[in-house]
Amino acid sequence: MRHLLRRLGFYLVALWASITLNFIIPRLIPGDPAGALMARFQGRLTPQAIHALELQFGITHDPLWIQYFQYLGDLLHGDLGTSFTYFPTPVATVLAQELPWTLALVGTSVLISFVLGSLLGVLIAWRRGSFLDNVLPPFLTFFSAIPYFWLALIALYVLAYTLNWFPLHGGYDTSLTVALTPDFLLSALQHALLPGFTIVLASIAGWMLGMRNAMITTLTEDYVLLAEAKGLNERRVMFSYAARNAILPNVTGFALSLGFVVAGSLLTEVVFSYPGVGFALLQAAQNSDYPLLQGIFLLIALAVLGANFLADLVYLVLDPRVRAS
Amino acid sequence: MAMLPQSPEPVAAPTGQPQEAGAGSTAAAEGATPAALAAERPWMTLWRIFTLNRKAMVGMCIVGFFFLVAIVGPFFIHTDPSALSNDVLMPPSPKHWLGTTQTGQDIFSQLVVGTRVSILWGMATGLVVTAISVLVGLCAGYLGGIVDEVLSLLINVFLVLPSFPLAVLLAAYVPFKGPLTVAAVIALTSWAYQARVLRAQTLSLRRRDFVEAARSSGESTWRIIFFEIFPNEIAIVAAGFVGTAIYVILAAAGLEFLGLGDVTVVDWGTMFYWAQNNDALLLGAWWWFAAPGLCIALLGAGLALINFGIDEIANPRLRSEARPSKRLLRQMLARSIGAGAGTGAASLGASRSLG
Repeated sequence: MRHLLRRLGFYLVALWASITLNFIIPRLIPGDPAGALMARFQGRLTPQAIHALELQFGITHDPLWIQYFQYLGDLLHGDLGTSFTYFPTPVATVLAQELPWTLALVGTSVLISFVLGSLLGVLIAWRRGSFLDNVLPPFLTFFSAIPYFWLALIALYVLAYTLNWFPLHGGYDTSLTVALTPDFLLSALQHALLPGFTIVLASIAGWMLGMRNAMITTLTEDYVLLAEAKGLNERRVMFSYAARNAILPNVTGFALSLGFVVAGSLLTEVVFSYPGVGFALLQAAQNSDYPLLQGIFLLIALAVLGANFLADLVYLVLDPRVRAS
Repeated sequence: MAMLPQSPEPVAAPTGQPQEAGAGSTAAAEGATPAALAAERPWMTLWRIFTLNRKAMVGMCIVGFFFLVAIVGPFFIHTDPSALSNDVLMPPSPKHWLGTTQTGQDIFSQLVVGTRVSILWGMATGLVVTAISVLVGLCAGYLGGIVDEVLSLLINVFLVLPSFPLAVLLAAYVPFKGPLTVAAVIALTSWAYQARVLRAQTLSLRRRDFVEAARSSGESTWRIIFFEIFPNEIAIVAAGFVGTAIYVILAAAGLEFLGLGDVTVVDWGTMFYWAQNNDALLLGAWWWFAAPGLCIALLGAGLALINFGIDEIANPRLRSEARPSKRLLRQMLARSIGAGAGTGAASLGASRSLG
C-alpha cells in the first residue's frame, strides 16, 4: 500500500510537471504566438474588437503567477481554451470528436498485435530452432525496423493505390452521414483495415520477441523440467507453466502501450488522413493552433501517466514478490 | 508500439549485467581466451564485439557506407539539388538515377546532399543526448543523497512524459525552424532513458574497491566520476548511443515530415515532407518517397544490427541455439568442434524489440 501511494504521488508530480510545461513553453519562447495572432488583426479592427478577441482567447496582461492560477483553474473546469482552426469551437469539443476514432483504430490494432504476437512468441520459443523460429523473427523484425511512416506509405501505394483493395484516405465514406447505421459502420471498418494492418505489422515483432526471450529464460527453470518429467501434456506445460510466468513483462508492456494508443497513432493518421487525435495534432502544428496543440499534449500526457499507473497496478496484482517488498 | 518513435527504448540491453560479465561470456562463447580478453581495455573489448559478431559486422559495414556517402558524396554532385528543371516527375532513368520531383529536382542529388545533413545532425544530436544522460546519470548515481533524489525525480518525470508529442509541441512553438531546433528539441526530450540506465550502473560501481581507493587517495569528485567510473561504463554508453542514434534519426525525420523543420533545407526528412505535401502518392510517384525511406530504413537496420550484436554477446542465451535440455548432445558436439556456437542460422530474431 505504501508502495502504491508513493507511485501515486510520483504520478501527481509528473502530471503537475506536464501541466506546468504546457503553461510555460508558450510563454518562455520568444515571439509570443497570441501576440502574433493579434498583430494580424491590428489596424483592421477597433481596439474594442481586439479586446473582445483577447478575452475570447484568454490573453491577459496579468502577472505570470496570476495567469498560472487562472490556467490551473480553467483546467479543473475542463476548459482547454478555444481552438484557432475550428474557431469558435472549444478545444475540449474538438478532442471529444477526434478521440473515439483514435481509440477504436489504434486500440483494436494494439490489442490484436499484443495477443497475436504473444501467442507466436510462446510458440516459437517452444519449438526453438524450428522452421518458424528461424523465419518469423527476421521477417517480422524487418517490418518493425523500417520507419513506420514509410511502411505505411508503401502499403498505401501498393495495396490502395495500385491494387485498389482499400480506400485511399479518410475514416469513412464522406457521402454517408456519421451515425450508427450498418452502412456507416461497414464503411468505417473498410477504411480502418489498412491502417490497422500496418500498425499490427509494425508492432507485432516487439511482442513476439519479448515473449520469446522471456519464454526461453523460463523454459530453463526447474519447475518446467519437473512438469515435463511428470508427463503433463505439452499444451499444459507450455501455457500453464512456462507462458504464464513469462508473460509478465509483456503484460506490463501492454498496459504501458495503452497510454500510447492516444499518441502512437500520430503518423498512422497523418499518412492515411484518418480522423483522430494525431491528425488533429498535425493540423494544429501546421496552423499554429496553440490551444489545440496544448490540449492534445495534455491529453496524451494524461493517457500515458494513467497507463503507467495501470502498469504498476497490474504488476502488483500479477507478481506477489512486488507485494511482499 | 513501434509505430511511433517514442523514446530511446532498450534496443539493446546489456544494461543489467556489469561489463565484465558480458565480456567474459563473449570470450567463452566465441572461443577466444577469456584471460586475454579480460586483460584488455574496455575499448578493445568494444572492438572485439564488432569484429567477432557477424551481425555487428554487417551493421558496421552499412553504417560505414552511409558515413562515406555523407563525407565524400556531396563532392561528386555538381548540380544544385534544389535546382528546378523541365524534367517533371520523371521515373528513374539513366539521366536521373532516382527520378525527379514535381518541380523537376533531381532526387539522386537531393538524396546524396541530404545524407550529409541527416547523418551529421543525427550523430551530433545522438552525441548531445548521450552526453546529457552521462552527466545526469553518473552524477545522480555517484553523488547520491539530495542530488540523486532531485535528478532521479527529473529522470523519472521525463521518462513518463510522452517524448515525441512533447517534441512536436516544442518544435511548433520555436519561431526559428531548422536542423538545430529539431536537434535541440529531440535532445531535450529523449535523454532520460539512458540516464536511468547509467545511474543504476554507477550505483553498482560506486562501492567497488578501485573507487574507494581513488577516494581515499584524495582524488577530486569529478576525476573519480569521469576518469575512474566513466571508462568502466563505456560499453553501455556506446550501446546507448547506437540506440539513441536510431531514435534521433527517426524522430528528426518524423518532425520534418510533419513540416516542423526548415523545409528549405534538403535532407531525408524534408524530402518526405515535400513528397507528402505534393501528393506524390496520388500521382503515382513512388520513387519520390521510396529513396529517402530506404535510406532511413537501411541506416536504422545497420544501427540496430550493431546493437543486436552487442546484445547477443552480453546475453548468450539470446543466440539462436537449440534448447539445451532437448538437444544437449548436439550442442556439446558443436561446442567441442568449436564451430562458433551461436551466430549459426543468424537471424535478426534473437534480439529485443525496437519498441
